[in-house]
Amino acid sequence: MTIRKLALLLAVASFPALAFAQQAAVPASAASPQADEGGLTGSVTDESEWQDLGIAIPSFPTDRSEATAADGGTTEVLGRNLARVVYGDLKNNGLFKPVGPDALPGIAYAEVASPAFAGWRGRSAEMLVQGFVKAVADGRLTVGCYLYDVSLGTELARQGYVVKPEEWRRAAHKCADMVYSRLSGESPFFDSKIAYIAETGPKDRRRKQLAIMDSDGANHRFITNGQATALTPRYSPDYSKIVYLSYLNGAPRIYVYEIGTGRQTLVTQGKGPTFAPRWSPDGKSILYSMAISGNTDIYRVPATGGESVRLTNTPGINVGGSYSPDGSKIVFESDRSGSQQVYVMDAGGGNQRRISFFGGRSATPEWSPRGDQIAFTHMAGNFRIAVMNPQGGEMRELTDSWQDEAPTWAPNGRIIQFFRTQKNSGESSIWQVDLTGRNERKLDTPRGASDPAWGPVLP
Amino acid sequence: MPRNFLTATLLLSAFSMAACTTKPKELPPQPSASTTTTRPDAPTPAGPVPGSQADFLASVLSDTVYFDTDRYNVDTEDQGTLQSQAQWLARYPGKSVTIEGHCDERGTRDYNIALGERRANAAKNYLVSVGVDASRISTVSYGKERPLALGSDEASWAKNRRAVTITVQ
Repeated sequence: MTIRKLALLLAVASFPALAFAQQAAVPASAASPQADEGGLTGSVTDESEWQDLGIAIPSFPTDRSEATAADGGTTEVLGRNLARVVYGDLKNNGLFKPVGPDALPGIAYAEVASPAFAGWRGRSAEMLVQGFVKAVADGRLTVGCYLYDVSLGTELARQGYVVKPEEWRRAAHKCADMVYSRLSGESPFFDSKIAYIAETGPKDRRRKQLAIMDSDGANHRFITNGQATALTPRYSPDYSKIVYLSYLNGAPRIYVYEIGTGRQTLVTQGKGPTFAPRWSPDGKSILYSMAISGNTDIYRVPATGGESVRLTNTPGINVGGSYSPDGSKIVFESDRSGSQQVYVMDAGGGNQRRISFFGGRSATPEWSPRGDQIAFTHMAGNFRIAVMNPQGGEMRELTDSWQDEAPTWAPNGRIIQFFRTQKNSGESSIWQVDLTGRNERKLDTPRGASDPAWGPVLP
Repeated sequence: MPRNFLTATLLLSAFSMAACTTKPKELPPQPSASTTTTRPDAPTPAGPVPGSQADFLASVLSDTVYFDTDRYNVDTEDQGTLQSQAQWLARYPGKSVTIEGHCDERGTRDYNIALGERRANAAKNYLVSVGVDASRISTVSYGKERPLALGSDEASWAKNRRAVTITVQ
């Protein structure tokens, strides 16, 4: 008992006060791992889950349970909620088979930095994610996150986060991102948000509202009330604004909505309808499409307003547009050849050339944040989500349903979200699939959902 | 004097009928004291108020022209429809119209907004070509957002690929 108490105190003492930073230092594992399994007092509640165990994520203990404004009310309950969010993130991307806090015994606070490896080995855990949560004097929370290789008995990574109570989920997403990145070698993506269109009502009188949510569907919020049809939102790269289309004054126009203030501005005073808005990677300009006398071209305008520059100038419909990550090129769609096809041009409008030659129509191209792929909607019978390289080669269809359209990339360029419409009912929902075409799954949204737009990883 | 009474009655009755046709939620105006003197054997007025949306619908071959998949050209049948609309507009030079362009659901959203605009514009261009002043015609595209027929079949899609002329009252 005395020994355990001492270990606990040492551990507490060794958790330094963390700065308001993403990856503040957290303590190293104690020199000698505890053999004591005293903390493993719970029992396994779901035997079947153990068979699949890849990563064990027990509840995050706290040094002293204190009241917090975060979900759960106390840091002790919050610790379980944090582990649940990490578990949910890792479970849903298909690479891992995690076991969460509701199927695992709890651990003592002192164990966080010095895991009982022997015990976890006995339970066939390959990886172990442990963390802690503490209340800081000003009401904020400190969350630590550790990744261990159980069979090697070593620590692989650790991070610490200081967050406001209302942002507690971000600490869990950052933790899941650390685990995902360390184990997959890919860039993180969980700590990000999605803007989309919530849909309700019958097919001929559908109400369409602008809405936002975290990448796991939490913190859902409606931005518009649905009085005016809202379509095709895009988050600005810094998440401060959303550009989208609204029929607010009867005709389709693009607006910039400021999330902090709720202020909304018309981007351009052009006479024709404006639609299909997109941000440049630096957030300084907006691409949009405008129809004049039935002919649609793509324009660029400063995000703060000002003179528009026309980038395309061919008879027909030139629409959409998505910048390469370095901002030097734009991929867009045009029917100048007779049907919708994908084209690439320089950011200034030069060197326009078609890259899609697959049969059928190809539309809604979106450049991967990694730059190596372009996702698009391939319409040949069914509407499918497909990817190709920026030269138009190596085309692969990732989905096959009656109508899948409008891909948007996860910030790490490994997962694509899109929306799927049901035949006849027209009901739509957001789905995601990874670049291999596997791990397809539907996102939970409170209502019907379309036009997803995934933003970057939060700073 | 009785003749004036009769005219007023006819106009009022016609107005209330039109109101019923186009705005079902609005009650017809209360009859004024003068109309109560109408004799029971007065002729019942027929037809909508001249120049109204109801009058437009009653006068033209159709308020809607239809398009083939991914097309926006005005064919000969559409031309007949649009000519009848142009004749009505010639009769009521003070009236303006909005042409709504629509698409079927089998297209991507952005493109369909552009295509709906192109269809509305094609109908507008035809009206202008037969003498209607362009300033009297505005266009709006709803893309695939407002289907009329709700099925996911060729017959429904054909009904939804349309440009609809609506009078501005």
